Amino acid sequence: MKIFTKAYWLQWSSPKTFYPTAGKMIPWFMISGLILTIIGLYYSFFVAPTDYQQGESYRIMFIHVPAAWMSMWLYFVMCIYASIGLIWRTRLSDMMAGAIAPTGAIFTFIALWTGSLWGKPTWGTYWVWDARLTSELILLFLYFGFIALRAAIDDPQRAARASALLALVGVINLPIIYFSVKWWNTLHQGASISIDSAPTMAATMFTAMLLMTFAFWMYSIGIALMRVRNEILEKEKNASWVQELLRDGK
Amino acid sequence: MKQRHKRLALVLGGVAALTVVATLIFNAVNSNMQFFFSPSQVVAKEAPVNASFRLGGLVKEGSLERENDGLTVHFLVTDNAEDVQVTYVGILPDLFREGQGVVTQGAFNGEGNFVASEVLAKHDETYMPPEVADALEKVKQQQKAEGGTI
Amino acid sequence: MSVSEFFAMGGYAFFVWGSYGVTAAFILIELLLVMNKKRSLLHSIFRAAKLNRE
Repeated sequence: MKIFTKAYWLQWSSPKTFYPTAGKMIPWFMISGLILTIIGLYYSFFVAPTDYQQGESYRIMFIHVPAAWMSMWLYFVMCIYASIGLIWRTRLSDMMAGAIAPTGAIFTFIALWTGSLWGKPTWGTYWVWDARLTSELILLFLYFGFIALRAAIDDPQRAARASALLALVGVINLPIIYFSVKWWNTLHQGASISIDSAPTMAATMFTAMLLMTFAFWMYSIGIALMRVRNEILEKEKNASWVQELLRDGK
Repeated sequence: MKQRHKRLALVLGGVAALTVVATLIFNAVNSNMQFFFSPSQVVAKEAPVNASFRLGGLVKEGSLERENDGLTVHFLVTDNAEDVQVTYVGILPDLFREGQGVVTQGAFNGEGNFVASEVLAKHDETYMPPEVADALEKVKQQQKAEGGTI
Repeated sequence: MSVSEFFAMGGYAFFVWGSYGVTAAFILIELLLVMNKKRSLLHSIFRAAKLNRE
């Protein structure tokens, strides 16, 4: 089997092979993201019923929860790429980590922003310093730190190593965010969706949330691939394969 | 090959060490991570006595009293074990209801009354349409009635 | 449900549309920035290649 050979995996870590493949994958992720968004929004506003306590304000949940999930998931994926880069010294993994970070930061901001706008009408405040909100804010600063550190060091290898270490130190924050509502008492409510019990929400609400989650996920992959292609172009602009690619009008 | 294994071990070891350190730190500051004190903690004198703190729990069913000025309210905050009497002057959040969660910021006055300067509603993680909530409530009432007759 | 009722969101219009609007804006701006970056990169690479040939 080809996929069990080292050569098969090594070719994917080469920017030259990855660049055109990523280019072919982007439209698929973006189009499925768009379709999922359209169906997800339809479910969020027209299929999911009004909530018995919160009325229409709970509809913020359909972007708040998927954005919060993506903020943690993207950080996790970013860490995986960063550690692969740290261990195997593959340049492309560092580029992938760098390409995911801005999108992760954006989803973290969206989670905080929508949470704030949801908190005002339900809790009566835009912000409190409880464990869940504070740890999610720390996640935003971890993303900022990662992006800044990567940009601040000129030598790409040293930048990759330093930022990867920061990302790995920060990964400890992920279980803290996730379990904060269980470990401590917080103003933030517990999770409606968990592995060990049925969701405590109407089925159509759950569907709407899942659709939006997959929409955000597809978009995240698409935009990260777009960004990594830019980085490859920038780093390899003098390489012969880039020149050939441009001559062929691609 | 060997170098790579060393780096892998270093990364894994680093993450493990960090987990231990973080666990220890969070255990140490655990009490500071709590957002509010429960009525039981207040009764057990775990909450600050002469300072402002947050009190959280459920608004006891049937305990809400409004004064004629339309702004002053009295209610009991309960954790189903202990109750604390709370007085608040101001506008309550939309989701403030009897039987629902609440977090109040304030301090005790001399007479054992918790005077709140801020009241926040704490809702739970259950979401459903009103018809389902009504149906559930009906079933609950029915069970209660049947339980009473038997 | 009428159109104006829909946009009123049961009195929570500011919060609901504030959430969805900012989310949409951020995603669109991110997309535009990344696409712009690519355009300017290609442009500069093209120009450098042309200079080399001349």
